[in-house]
Amino acid sequence: MSPLHIQKGSTSHSAYNLRPTFSDVEERHTLAVLVDNEAGVLARVIGLFSGRGYNIESLTVAEVDHTGHLSRITIVTKGTPQVIAQIQAQLGRIVSVHDVHDLTTEGSSVERELAMFKVSGEGDRRVEALRIAEIFRANVVDSTLTSFVFEITGAPEKIDAFADLMRPLGLTEIARTGVAALMRGA
Amino acid sequence: MTREMTGAKMVVQALKDQGVDTVFGYPGGAVLPIYDEVFQQNDIRHILVRHEQGAVHAAEGYARSTGKPGVVLVTSGPGATNAVTGITDALMDSIPLVVLTGQVPTFMIGSDAFQEADTVGITRACTKHNWLVKDTTALSGTIHEAFHVATSGRPGPVLIDIPKDVQFATGTYAPPKPAVSHYQPRVKGDIASITELVEAMETAKKPVFYTGGGVINSGPAASQLLRELVDATGFPITSTLMGLGSYPASGQNWMGMLGMHGLYEANLAMHGCDLLINIGARFDDRITGRIDAFSPNSIKAHIDIDPSSINKVIKTDIPIVGDVAHVLEDVLKVWKSRGRKTDAAHVKAWRAQIDEWRGVKCLTYAGSDQAIKPQYAMERLEALTKDRKDRFICTEVGQHQMWAAQFLGFEDPNHWMTSGGLGTMGYGTPASIGVQIAHPDALVINVAGEASWLMNMQEMGTAVQYRLPVKQFILNNERLGMVRQWQELLHGERYSHSWSEALPDFVKLAEAFGAKGIYCDNPADLDDAIAEMLAYDGPVIFDCVVEKHENCFPMIPSGKAHNEMLLGEAETQGVIDSKGSVLV
Repeated sequence: MSPLHIQKGSTSHSAYNLRPTFSDVEERHTLAVLVDNEAGVLARVIGLFSGRGYNIESLTVAEVDHTGHLSRITIVTKGTPQVIAQIQAQLGRIVSVHDVHDLTTEGSSVERELAMFKVSGEGDRRVEALRIAEIFRANVVDSTLTSFVFEITGAPEKIDAFADLMRPLGLTEIARTGVAALMRGA
Repeated sequence: MTREMTGAKMVVQALKDQGVDTVFGYPGGAVLPIYDEVFQQNDIRHILVRHEQGAVHAAEGYARSTGKPGVVLVTSGPGATNAVTGITDALMDSIPLVVLTGQVPTFMIGSDAFQEADTVGITRACTKHNWLVKDTTALSGTIHEAFHVATSGRPGPVLIDIPKDVQFATGTYAPPKPAVSHYQPRVKGDIASITELVEAMETAKKPVFYTGGGVINSGPAASQLLRELVDATGFPITSTLMGLGSYPASGQNWMGMLGMHGLYEANLAMHGCDLLINIGARFDDRITGRIDAFSPNSIKAHIDIDPSSINKVIKTDIPIVGDVAHVLEDVLKVWKSRGRKTDAAHVKAWRAQIDEWRGVKCLTYAGSDQAIKPQYAMERLEALTKDRKDRFICTEVGQHQMWAAQFLGFEDPNHWMTSGGLGTMGYGTPASIGVQIAHPDALVINVAGEASWLMNMQEMGTAVQYRLPVKQFILNNERLGMVRQWQELLHGERYSHSWSEALPDFVKLAEAFGAKGIYCDNPADLDDAIAEMLAYDGPVIFDCVVEKHENCFPMIPSGKAHNEMLLGEAETQGVIDSKGSVLV
């Protein structure tokens, strides 16, 4: 075995009692970040992720408190528990950040995403697309004789499933907002 | 006094109200209105450097040696970009700085104007926070907030970018107000965790204090409390490069610096301890060596004001988020109230073990009566200056820096200025100038290597202009010594571009600047030459020509553990494996 491929916790190359360090199982977490709505604040948050090599799976941002000049950023990220804890701590020390919540660990939360799908086709494929859209409770927001634009809201998995079904039926374009999320309960 | 004033006047007024007495800077087109105000007052002293990087390092030296934030004033574009290395250095070492940059007028931003750069964009990643002020009314409040952010929590550099039209326009000045900012980092530690630490201290058989720059940043009270705690418990203590001086080198519990070039006894104590108490350090890779073999059998407690330092590198059993002085005060209180207990018998045996390791005398080197050994030069400098309570040491980066850390003893905090995190060659000369400005009568020595020293040698002009008697003590081996050492150990002795073939005559160089030059290459003459340097009332460049091929030991090679330290040349063959060689 090459020294470059020592398994974590392996003692075969070492005389020491190696304590387990951190779990290396990656988890998906949704973080809600309340920030000052000021120029450059999004760059600070994104720069933190790129500079320290963290993942962003989706990111949404909009002002949520006009008088308090506060925006809410919802970030879906992936990493080991140690990396997720680091991300939360690193976000917390950005001066423009007021609050960071890990919605995945702090209790149960609801996640929704909005997406628009353009599906082009004629004949049976067109009818089938419309039928499936009804099952998914997607709305038709634009229609021509050869195309639909569907609007669908739901958990990211539901939107993934809808995309999979639309693909053979003439899916030509998708726009997704990314996840917005809130804690359940009061 | 009228509260209506120009933006430029506001800058000067806000600095005065923040208690600033010194600004390090360099003028240019986009800061001319501020310079015009600086000209018309006498409360704030402006120090004209020779390069903006020098201004920032000088401000760092000022800040580190006084505990106050350093202030920098530079122009837009190249003024700001030249400052970036210094700002990054301050971020890595948690030095509070307020950097003011000029910017092209707001209506020209984005037009690729002359000397325009996206300063807030460029410095976003290397400041704790930064601001572009587009409205004169917001300027004074932003400056006050900047001082608050730079000095609160984990200190760091902040930057305010001020367009020229904002400097000319008139607005209402707002004096500093008690904390309006939402930025209020926690300083008190959680008392339950502190009690957990005290319980661990009561039963520990092989405890170690591992302290860092956080103790010094916390202020003089933190060092006092640390000394009290260490001396009352009798636990051995080591420190990172950044924390030297918080516990005195002459103290009976002192083991010396730890880490890659740390002392044998300190590193083995880290490896063998059963309780590791990290106070204001961050488990830097220079300290830990191989992570999965780091201090394998210890309970780890970590006191840090920055929550992101906890569990970043090393999994902590007892995390305590808070300011060092506040936390140590509570630790002492709880420990005393529970009866001042320690496992004295085991701690005594542990100290005997450490004394045995100390007996190895890991700093031993082969002496010479032909060439000056760099270690010998450090020993003599120490012997001839250690009685000076007002001695401040700066360094550049490389072998000389490690030898200085190993051989010089620091009795007090804030007397040791070195670039730890970023490792910035060229730091020491301007830093020594900043220190001397803050302490005009002190003995300020920059221990340098000739290669590092050349990187910011233009600042000798500053030293001469302000009559600053800084001593530039250059260990001249005509090599990039640390690079050379790594090439020897790691790259088959292929010394790619690690020596200088055209070094200046440092004595003539000193004279060209209007300073004094001293040359010494004979160990027998060294004491007299150092005495001559110390006696001269003015800036000195001391060209101390040393052994060219000396390596710095002890050394923990990359990818190795604390107990795999190399003590000398004989042990260096094939020590770094392919996994270690990718590390720096």
